[in-house]
Amino acid sequence: MNVIEIKDLVKIYNSSEVQVKAVNGITINFEEGEFTAVVGPSGSGKTTFLNMLGGLDRPTSGSVKIGGTNVWDLSSRKLIDFRMNNIGFVFQSYNLIPVLTAGENVEFIMHLQGKPKKEREQRTRELLESVGIGDRIKSRPAKLSGGQQQRVAVARALASKPEFILADEPTANLDSTATSGLLELMAEMNRKFKTTFIFATHDQRVMDKARRIVTIEDGKILKDERFER
Amino acid sequence: MLFSISWRNIWRNKVRSLVIIFSIALGIFAGVASTAFMKGLTEQRIQKVIKTEISYIQIHKEGFRQNSDFKGYMPDAAQLVSEIRKIPNVTGVSERIVVQAMAATAETATGVLVSGVDMENEPEVTNISEKLLEGEYLKGIKKNPVVIGKKLAEKLNAKIRTRIVITLQDTANNVVSGLFRVSGIYTTNNNMYDESHVFVKAGDIRSLTELPEGAAHEIAINIDDNENLPLVEESVKKLATGYEVLDWKSLRPEMNYLTEAMDLYMYIFIIIILLALLFGIINTMLMVVMERTKEIGMLMAIGMNKTRIFSMIVLESVLLSLVGGVVGIVIGALFAKWKSTSPVDLSMWAQGYEQLGYDAYVYLSLEPMMLVNITIMVIFTGVIAALYPAYKALKNDPADALRIE
Repeated sequence: MNVIEIKDLVKIYNSSEVQVKAVNGITINFEEGEFTAVVGPSGSGKTTFLNMLGGLDRPTSGSVKIGGTNVWDLSSRKLIDFRMNNIGFVFQSYNLIPVLTAGENVEFIMHLQGKPKKEREQRTRELLESVGIGDRIKSRPAKLSGGQQQRVAVARALASKPEFILADEPTANLDSTATSGLLELMAEMNRKFKTTFIFATHDQRVMDKARRIVTIEDGKILKDERFER
Repeated sequence: MLFSISWRNIWRNKVRSLVIIFSIALGIFAGVASTAFMKGLTEQRIQKVIKTEISYIQIHKEGFRQNSDFKGYMPDAAQLVSEIRKIPNVTGVSERIVVQAMAATAETATGVLVSGVDMENEPEVTNISEKLLEGEYLKGIKKNPVVIGKKLAEKLNAKIRTRIVITLQDTANNVVSGLFRVSGIYTTNNNMYDESHVFVKAGDIRSLTELPEGAAHEIAINIDDNENLPLVEESVKKLATGYEVLDWKSLRPEMNYLTEAMDLYMYIFIIIILLALLFGIINTMLMVVMERTKEIGMLMAIGMNKTRIFSMIVLESVLLSLVGGVVGIVIGALFAKWKSTSPVDLSMWAQGYEQLGYDAYVYLSLEPMMLVNITIMVIFTGVIAALYPAYKALKNDPADALRIE
């Protein structure tokens, strides 16, 4: 079943003199439980594509349907709520809230969703334990290593029980040990919760784990390959 | 959780937050201390007028205050005094014979207002007897003692035991004169009052003017607390039907205006302080928002809506202002409390202050309501200061913000 349906997606940046087509007519579907890497050279349009997919960057034309809802038809207020309930984000530089502890960072999104305290606390504990840092629940991000911070970010992304998780270069700031640990973790989460993962990456190690690799160049899909792993 | 984030955000940059908190605290302390000073000054002035000059309530025959006609007396004044004495919260009642007269020494003469007072009752309502510079309060002179103000004594070149001839009209409109001797010289630090008010024994002026026994022109009433004034005034009005019953606010309306004007000035003063602080808080909050562009973008991306972002920034600004405000209020209140028993010494400028009727030693006074109002004003300032920075934050585009390295 398709979780995401993308049709003729175009993004044009208008600078003062030239028009830049960052994404140039992408049509693609993502199914439930996929573990996909979107790859391509710098400036190929990966991040722009992911941002439009995640309801962060409005496309010039085309549509993004998630679970049957055309996200770019939603009002800005509804779009924020839609993102909160359907999409999990993992960023390159972790982007945790520095003043909150690891536990509170994970709990925060459930707080925004209006979940009861007991449920929030229980799910936070479960998620942090499943990403392997249950003992750091009360630590602030500054006290955690890069790998640990990214694990908290994954737990946060999973907290809202989203349809899929978008991860933009999640391993770019991590060493090889942390990277392989994080990839194992995300693969496990993908298997355990059937959550769809879509990565934008340059990292060969991520590509080696992905069961689908979509190669983008000059804003267009160059290759769309699937692997049995 | 929003509160917790906002509170912890304040302490992310401790030095910057402490600088702005210190400046808010200092500004609010200055506002509270000045308010307490001005309030103390005004209250002392009013208390002085009440205790020395007019007392809390006065009763007259209708029209007496306008024309000072000697025949405008209350025949049943003595009886009224004994009835008023029974009203709860009344601490003193005294009747007076009040007459405009000419006071003359061998050297010069001047117009004065003579009050014939009851020696026993009068100290219950006014404290002229405690304001003597020389001599005694209507004592020490066998016949017809008079107490005069320092200013009048200078004008008439009178000293203790100096003879003063007081000339006035009696009930039959005859001009009569009496020879009095100065028994005491007082000062209230109000030159105008001291120059025009003299005190004699009621019995002496009664026999001079043939005013009927028990009659008087004025009844002065003292009470325990200004808060009980409306209650007592109502009871007095019921007893003194047909007479004009006035409280100190009506007797000396300028005193009431003084209180109101001073309150208004104080609020204007605090608003000016807060306005100056406002720009500092706006500056701090703008820096906060600029520094956290990426973080705010991330919060928007993961689902924090604009209302919550706005609330978070407003809350941060309000908490920042409130911390400074509360510190300033507490220090200001403690200072006012200390200076309410140990007065601010302005004796260096005593002459100027006393010319204006104010004391050179000011006991600070603070109304709890004023502190509540200042707190509300500080919160309001915090909200106003956050508006533009919050607007800037909401203008963030999450996709652009997240690209910031």
